[in-house]
Amino acid sequence: MVKQLTRKTFKIKDGVWIAFLIILVILPLIPAVAANSFRMHVMILILLFASMAQAWNIISGYCGQVSFGHSVFFGIGAYGAGMAVVKYGDTPWPGILIGLIIAALVAIIISYPCFKLSGHYFAIATFAIVEIFNRGFLVWDWIGGALGLDYPIINEGLKNIMWHNSKTSYYYCALVIFTFIFGVVRWLESHRFGYYMRAIREGQETAESLGVNSTNIKLTAMAISAAMAALCGAFFVQYNLRVDPPMVMSLDTSMKFVLVTILGGSGTLAGPLLGAAVLVPLQEYTRAFWGGLGGGVDLMIFGLLIIIIVVKQPAGIIGIFNYIGKCFFRQKETGERYASHGTP
Amino acid sequence: MEILIQVLIDGMLNGMVYALVAAGLCLIWGVMDVINFAHGEYLMVAMYVSYWLGFLAKVDPLISIIASGVFIFIVGVLTYKLIIRYTIGKPGLVALLATFGLAMFLKNFCMNRFTPNFRILSDTWLGDKTFHVGNLILPVPQLVAGILALVVIGLIYVLINTTRFGWAIQATAMDREAAELMGINTDRIYVLVFGIGGACVGIAGGIMPSYLAVHPEVGSMFGLIAFICVAMGGFGSISGAFLAGLLVGIVEALAGFYIAPVFKYIAVFSLYLAVVFLRPKGIFGW
Amino acid sequence: MHPMALLDVCEVTMKFGELIANDRVSFTVEAGSIVGLIGPNGAGKTTLFNCISGLYKPASGTIIFDGDDITGHKPYEIARRGAVRTFQVVHPLKDMTVFDNVLVGALLKCRDRQEAFERATECIYLCKLEHFQNRAAGDLPIGGKKRLEMARALATRPKLLMLDEVMAGLTSTEIKAFIDVIRNLKKSGITMMIVEHVMEGIMPIADKVVVLDGGVKIAEDTPEKIINNERVIEAYLGAKYSQRFKPRKDGEPLG
Repeated sequence: MVKQLTRKTFKIKDGVWIAFLIILVILPLIPAVAANSFRMHVMILILLFASMAQAWNIISGYCGQVSFGHSVFFGIGAYGAGMAVVKYGDTPWPGILIGLIIAALVAIIISYPCFKLSGHYFAIATFAIVEIFNRGFLVWDWIGGALGLDYPIINEGLKNIMWHNSKTSYYYCALVIFTFIFGVVRWLESHRFGYYMRAIREGQETAESLGVNSTNIKLTAMAISAAMAALCGAFFVQYNLRVDPPMVMSLDTSMKFVLVTILGGSGTLAGPLLGAAVLVPLQEYTRAFWGGLGGGVDLMIFGLLIIIIVVKQPAGIIGIFNYIGKCFFRQKETGERYASHGTP
Repeated sequence: MEILIQVLIDGMLNGMVYALVAAGLCLIWGVMDVINFAHGEYLMVAMYVSYWLGFLAKVDPLISIIASGVFIFIVGVLTYKLIIRYTIGKPGLVALLATFGLAMFLKNFCMNRFTPNFRILSDTWLGDKTFHVGNLILPVPQLVAGILALVVIGLIYVLINTTRFGWAIQATAMDREAAELMGINTDRIYVLVFGIGGACVGIAGGIMPSYLAVHPEVGSMFGLIAFICVAMGGFGSISGAFLAGLLVGIVEALAGFYIAPVFKYIAVFSLYLAVVFLRPKGIFGW
Repeated sequence: MHPMALLDVCEVTMKFGELIANDRVSFTVEAGSIVGLIGPNGAGKTTLFNCISGLYKPASGTIIFDGDDITGHKPYEIARRGAVRTFQVVHPLKDMTVFDNVLVGALLKCRDRQEAFERATECIYLCKLEHFQNRAAGDLPIGGKKRLEMARALATRPKLLMLDEVMAGLTSTEIKAFIDVIRNLKKSGITMMIVEHVMEGIMPIADKVVVLDGGVKIAEDTPEKIINNERVIEAYLGAKYSQRFKPRKDGEPLG
């Protein structure tokens, strides 16, 4: 009997983990080197998109309930902060808190009936919900309707999450949010909740036969995911200084959440960051260089890229790493394979 | 009372066109369980084909429907052969995202080549003519479009339910492996179904320049409404998609008239949610 | 007055439209015993399992587990009370590793991660899955997947373990090894209800055997009495054979 239980060889999973930690150490140092405003803007967007994608990853990647409605929560967060600043005074913090709570509540109320739907019916229901909110907000005058909210000039500082001259503070803000959301997901991933989420994704009936209360888990995951998305929305409006319904509550915005995660690798911790690190520069630089070629060339290329990537490697960048790892380590695995041929 | 009937008729005519677009999508979804996110963009491309034929060659949309139908048939076949074929068997999200990429490509291609300007065909045969029945006003283009949609859906229904080809399609939809064992070339079925589904929306798009402005964004809402109709009608049911299309058209017209134009689509999407919460598999779904 | 059984199935009827899959089935499972559930194909064994484990709500009847009425309760509630089942058609959590699969089971009763890890490892060794620990569960051969079903259910520290045809496809040697595993489990206090077709696997170990045929319970007795039961023979082999066996039992030569 060949005992090859704990191979202490280098696994791809360890490699990705180490790379991830290195990135976490490097990230705070970036403002020192990327003084250029455009590059800093790209970095901020990368962190923002990575956070948004990671929020989506919780319910859709880990728990398997693929939702196209996350822009609703993003928008609630944005409007929460925006209303606090534009209508009620200059600090957004109360608005952010309220936005988080409302997003979580809306998530639970909407998801409870939606979770009774399966497959494509569920996905289309999430489209329908985004469109209802999008159009609803367009005619809701109290929050600005189609004109949206424009930020007035307000005082700088952490109290108002507003800085006029440099992007560096915004960068650190985004970094804090990014670390927080990734931290939450890492914690969930390694504790009972994460295992139960994945069990539900792989087989809800099986999970229930092992004692998993799938309704509770799904609703909780949805609430957490929505609150995180709202947090990202709040940051977005503080950075962008303006919000209107099509900007935050549209199907296009929802698809951004989806694409970044799928591209990086859904259901993995590093996937959202990898996806953002590739997609955001691609989007920003093609727009900068080719946007002038007469509308849409950058998006045409984008569309083609999506097709190629999604069809060729649905597991995303992480999938590519795993594939390379399997090819590389296939020789070492052969011994184990023959050993297991004895007993079925 | 008369106003109500007018609104209902407008809604029904519109609804029949929705039903035609939905029928194409229903075919594709029912047979290979793929949501074609680019369906709305197929419509948009068909409208451009018809528009350019009308604008440059003075061909009336009523004749262009043949050209646009064939063109989108080919587009559908190519979509299957180049993209969809590689997504069969993978989770449903893959096909959805791939067709989303295709939709993005098509929309921006047309935006790039044809500019975002709204384009309207003047001087069409159906043009601004209206038909009067008592006090009711029936705009001729929409009337013809509605009748055309009805005819095509009827043909599709007959095809699926009475011809051998239609039975082969049904067999492939129910169980691909079993169909293969019966000697059915399921790959060819898939190709043809995608093509026919495209042709349906191509015909719909062909007639529309008679009464709608053409621009790159015109397909998006039609696409979403097609998804709603197909899901509301139930997986794989052409009659369900037809009924749902009519329902959507009527609800849209009623909401637009009696509440406010901006509530049209809120009402439609709310209708979808109401229906599936009560019947999670759609009206006729299996 | 016999002591209260761990599981008391009382007049359970399950219908699918007009088709009666279980017709007023009643039997008990005593704590610490092994009960076999046998019967020809289509007798309603798996349907009964589904009723007990909460997947189906019976049309009528009661199911009492450990003193509480669990009829119609949700599957996860029943699993939490300690009645856990495996599936005849295996359901591995495909993209998770074998270890993680079993861990999901262990997390039900184990309070912290360390304890859950240890419990999962224990069950993996018990079911001889240690070579496959880090493989994706979907990649296992069918025998491995069946052992995974068992390991996962075991990890939940069940009071009642319900096994659905776990021995199908095993060789004679493997069946003997499996019987040892079951006997050890019984020693550690787990009660078991086992659906089986492989007679050499269930008859040696069962304390009691319940026989279903066409949705109806036709016998509930010790294995020795069951194999000589006329109705059971008739159900499996047909009336002709049950007549053939009768004279042999009575000591007369075959006619």
